[in-house]
Amino acid sequence: MIERTPVLNALTHVTMALGLVLLILPIWIVFVASTHDYVTVNRVPLPLWPGSDLIANYSKVWATGNFGQTMLNSLVVAIGVTAGKIILASLSAFSIVFFRYRLRMVFFWLIFITLMLPLEVRIVPTYAVASNALSPFQQMFDWLGIAVALPEWNLLNSYTGLILPLVATATGTFLYRQFFLTIPDELAEAARMDGAGPIRFFIDVLLPLSRNNMAALATIMFVYAWNQYLWPLLITTRADMQTAATQLQKIVPGPLFGQPPVWNEAMAATLLVMAPPLLVVIFMQRWFVRGLIAADK
Amino acid sequence: MERRATFDNLWIAAALIAPQLLLVFVFFYWPASQAVYWAFTTQPPFGGSNEWVGLQNFQQIFADAVYWNSVVVSLVFAFLSTSLSIAMGLLLAVMVDRQLPGYSVYRFTYFWPYAIAAPAVGLAFRFIFAPDAGFVSAVNHWFPNLWNPALDGVDAMALIVIANAWKMAAYNFIFFLAALQAIPRTLNEAAAMDGAGVLRRVRDLQLPLILPTLFFLLVINITESFVDSFGIVDIVTGGGPARATELMVFKIYSDGFKGLDYSMAAAQSLVLMVMVVGLTFVQFRYVERRVHYN
Amino acid sequence: MAPISIRRVTKAFGKTEVIRGVDLEIENGSFVVVLGPSGCGKSTLLRMIAGLEAISGGEIAIDGKVVNDLEPRQRGCAMVFQNYALYPHMTVAENIGYGLKVSGMPSSERRARIDTVAAALGLTDFLARKPGQLSGGQRQRVAMGRAMIREPKVFLFDEPLSNLDAKLRVAMRIEIRKLHQRLAATSVFVTHDQVEAMTLADRLLVMNRGVIEQVGSPLEIYHRPATTFVAGFIGAPGMNLIEATVTADGLRLADGQVLPLDHRRYPHLVTETAVTVGIRAEAIAIGTGDGIIATFDFAEELGNGRHIHLEIASTSLVAHIDSLAVFAPRARVPLVISPRAIHLFDPVTGRRLPEAVVEQIPTAVASFGEPLPA
Repeated sequence: MIERTPVLNALTHVTMALGLVLLILPIWIVFVASTHDYVTVNRVPLPLWPGSDLIANYSKVWATGNFGQTMLNSLVVAIGVTAGKIILASLSAFSIVFFRYRLRMVFFWLIFITLMLPLEVRIVPTYAVASNALSPFQQMFDWLGIAVALPEWNLLNSYTGLILPLVATATGTFLYRQFFLTIPDELAEAARMDGAGPIRFFIDVLLPLSRNNMAALATIMFVYAWNQYLWPLLITTRADMQTAATQLQKIVPGPLFGQPPVWNEAMAATLLVMAPPLLVVIFMQRWFVRGLIAADK
Repeated sequence: MERRATFDNLWIAAALIAPQLLLVFVFFYWPASQAVYWAFTTQPPFGGSNEWVGLQNFQQIFADAVYWNSVVVSLVFAFLSTSLSIAMGLLLAVMVDRQLPGYSVYRFTYFWPYAIAAPAVGLAFRFIFAPDAGFVSAVNHWFPNLWNPALDGVDAMALIVIANAWKMAAYNFIFFLAALQAIPRTLNEAAAMDGAGVLRRVRDLQLPLILPTLFFLLVINITESFVDSFGIVDIVTGGGPARATELMVFKIYSDGFKGLDYSMAAAQSLVLMVMVVGLTFVQFRYVERRVHYN
Repeated sequence: MAPISIRRVTKAFGKTEVIRGVDLEIENGSFVVVLGPSGCGKSTLLRMIAGLEAISGGEIAIDGKVVNDLEPRQRGCAMVFQNYALYPHMTVAENIGYGLKVSGMPSSERRARIDTVAAALGLTDFLARKPGQLSGGQRQRVAMGRAMIREPKVFLFDEPLSNLDAKLRVAMRIEIRKLHQRLAATSVFVTHDQVEAMTLADRLLVMNRGVIEQVGSPLEIYHRPATTFVAGFIGAPGMNLIEATVTADGLRLADGQVLPLDHRRYPHLVTETAVTVGIRAEAIAIGTGDGIIATFDFAEELGNGRHIHLEIASTSLVAHIDSLAVFAPRARVPLVISPRAIHLFDPVTGRRLPEAVVEQIPTAVASFGEPLPA
């Protein structure tokens, strides 16, 4: 469109540039601070260009923060949660959309309503369940007067405990359901004419068709899982079971007491924790944005 | 919504959905019901039988000034960080949507902060806004002791608001931009033919048309500020100084896991749960009644 | 009311040229229809007049004033969009009156103008509704109302009828024509529907691949297509086109048969020149006995006649005939083609070959009585 608004355009450019500074400068500062030595990083004002201690800082914090182990833990959790969510979401949505039984809408709402119960509002009892995952069944048996003694299944300090409670997914199920609803009836009918049963239809037709859906979901879920903080903080006490995110709390003194953190190393650790999801988002930009928007509509 | 073509092997249907239902039961509904149960009883969950006390736990927390402090802190935090992040996300999205030369650079970078974990955001801002190092400390050189989030409650609140708004502005930007780009281009052109300039079109056309998105983001931002802010507070202020940043979720955590008072924590959880459910419900209602143009 | 001059206008999106040098004078108050297949650049041309697309080269003047750098609102044009582009959050009244509101007209005056326009379009009962509550035809009227209310110098129509069903389209076509007779504003109407084009246009402009193939009255364009593209594009079916070679006794086809040629019309044609021969389906009749023989392929029933699909010299040919004759598959069909019905084109450039004796083009003249006193 032909539009002569030089002042407004200049203002727009200035605002956008300012926005870039506000949104990206903090990341840059973290990087810069992680490349200076202890004295420089505490100088006021901080230099705006990287220094020469990058390798020293990172190798130090890599060791003190045990990031070799904890980053691996985070990766295992992120991949486990992502894969679990995709599998569960697609299977549940398939059941709800492609089979006809009375309870299916009830089941859908049961899964969907969990959106209203974020971990933060049920942390204490969820922690109790994690200390014995079979306890809900045990208690129900007790109430019903069934004399069965289930074994204890303690999930604390285990990958299962880090992953399993995060795997149920209202968002993913909703996303898959929406996608499956767009599949034309004729496709399922054609598959049945070709003699395919439900499992074959799922594997041969639905999964390949849902590849875009899967990529979008995987991107947002990986970021979500990597960034988990409260849950791993609660259920891991052993040093070798920490995740990268909880490690941040361990390597700096608490905010209320004690001396300030060793900033150059703290910032190196911060960058280590933020880098993986940031890279995923940058390289999977299209999927990330698509997944976010589709998931929250 | 009804499909014509379905499969009828119900055993398969049940087997497909069972795993997720199991997880949802064990990790969502059971704990949520436990929270309700604990909130109306006293006695720690490990050992001994619980005693029904009715609303006593609630009376206790509602009579507690420290609890009300956490409610007020949460609301102030929600209000400030939501306004700030929505205003910023909206402004930047409107600017980028003009598609002036170079806009794609901004579109590609603005959403990065949303990918960063809350504790990492927290630690980064704790450094940038540290009183004696980092970036903002320069103000203390000119005006000694003007800025110290470790001692001054207002400074501490400002700091966690900024950190949270920074992350959420990126999120809001994504949604506002998507909503703006979903407005048909010809509408903009029609308005231009009608004589409306850029700002006039923003006011008369774009803002009214993205109102549903604005509303949706308001709800999401408030909810997120109630629940997801834990990581920021835990790293940046630890609820302090003097409980100035003790959000409800942080208080539940410290009462439950530091103070080991499960009944009090459960009662507080229930209040928070009601708030979150209420907000989510508003959002569902609105999704159903969502204005469908055309 | 204003004339529009388009001079050597070009438009490129990046490296793709979509308008490749268009020259056109649009007279004050005339109704010009731009017709062409999709992707020919017709909408882009319209949007350049409106100011919605920047002009890459050349200039456009409205009412004698070059508007290349003017914003849409400064050009005095109103536009009716293909999908109507109504503001979904505003009522019909607000939609129609928005332009006046922006220009700062007081609301009482605006209200009066909206009522007048709404009455003219039969929208009075719908003024309080939102576009989502209207039928396709009503939305179309609102879009028209929004354009009319500003009493623009120029009306631009971007395929405004293409989203309507067939019956409504005919009705709206007539209304647009009446509206133009009443307002007499210069109008440019873009369409890919040739019936629409033929019925609406004072002047018809056929575009293809970013250039104007021909400008003329609808009848000129139908009866004297300037290029093989226009010949094939206009008419249903389009003109038959067959390759042939000029000989002393006519036009020799690839299979050796000879079509008649009136050499007086083309005195400069040298024998053995390759030409493209154009014949309208209506100009082909079924003969008796010998003459030119084609092979019958199949027939399409039309109700008021039929299209006979034939093959001659490995080229397919369509004839429109009234007879009910039935042909066996692959039957030999003798044809009668008048030399007056033959159009010749240069097979390389596709341009019409100049004729020495120009056939009279039927013209629509007001020969039926005097107009009633107003």
